[in-house]
Amino acid sequence: MDIILNIVSWAFIIGGGIFCLIGGLGLVRLPDMFARMHGASLIDTMGIGLILIGLMFQAGLTLITGKLLLILVFVFFTSPTSTYALARAAINGGLVAEVEDDDGSSKQEAGPSKT
Amino acid sequence: MLHAISLAVILSGIWWVLSGLTLVLILGLGAGSILFIIWICHRMDAIDHETHPIHLAIGSLTYFPWLAWEIVLANMDVAIAILKNGSSVRPRLMHIKASQVSEVGLVTYANSITLTPGTVTLDVEGQDFLIHSLTEGSYDGLLTGEMDQKVTALELDKGYPMITQQPVMKDSSEDAPPKPERET
Repeated sequence: MDIILNIVSWAFIIGGGIFCLIGGLGLVRLPDMFARMHGASLIDTMGIGLILIGLMFQAGLTLITGKLLLILVFVFFTSPTSTYALARAAINGGLVAEVEDDDGSSKQEAGPSKT
Repeated sequence: MLHAISLAVILSGIWWVLSGLTLVLILGLGAGSILFIIWICHRMDAIDHETHPIHLAIGSLTYFPWLAWEIVLANMDVAIAILKNGSSVRPRLMHIKASQVSEVGLVTYANSITLTPGTVTLDVEGQDFLIHSLTEGSYDGLLTGEMDQKVTALELDKGYPMITQQPVMKDSSEDAPPKPERET
């Protein structure tokens, strides 16, 4: 029984680690700042989610699992807020998003409230 | 009153999870601080349907598992896009119209969009959202409007503050006249 729990737990933790790695890769590879935010949100959601679920399997039905669950809930409510603050800061700082048309050509498009 | 009770239950749960001690002193301190916080919130007039949306509780039981699954699918999509060295990355900006009427509903929808990798809400003006999407898949997924319908179904109440004009901050009344852009 213990070994099954350990295998499941480590599968989740390794999965989360892989997503963190891909998210970090995305931060480097993706073209501009707005696209890179999507890479970061990979770490915020799947990365942290899978690692915490894996840790919950390690902790079993104890209060520690409750604490991990609380961390998960707080992260899921705060990470969109910080992403939004980051996007606002970029737009207010005059950064323009690089977007593609239907024909695949690249162009620059300004943010919403460039004042 | 219902909101205060629910806040007390949630705070007690958090206190219990974080301490886990059954000493009379600790539990007494917990009860004291919970009552104190509820009194402060009451004084600040901060216990209502907006800061404490318990009317969304029942709907959340089905919405959040659905959202979690959507997040998993979107994660796969974005992860593949990154691993393919950006060949399927097609960044786009688009405006979409949200169908929610309450502020809580709009916030839930905007946050759900941001939480789903591949789409980020950049700006909210009334019911008009500006979205940045990363791949073809995330773009199409948002255009189906499935998430929009689910969030609208979630906000059962129709009697709470409607969005008819720009939400105005209470402390900046001089900015209140019709001025669509809040940030300068």
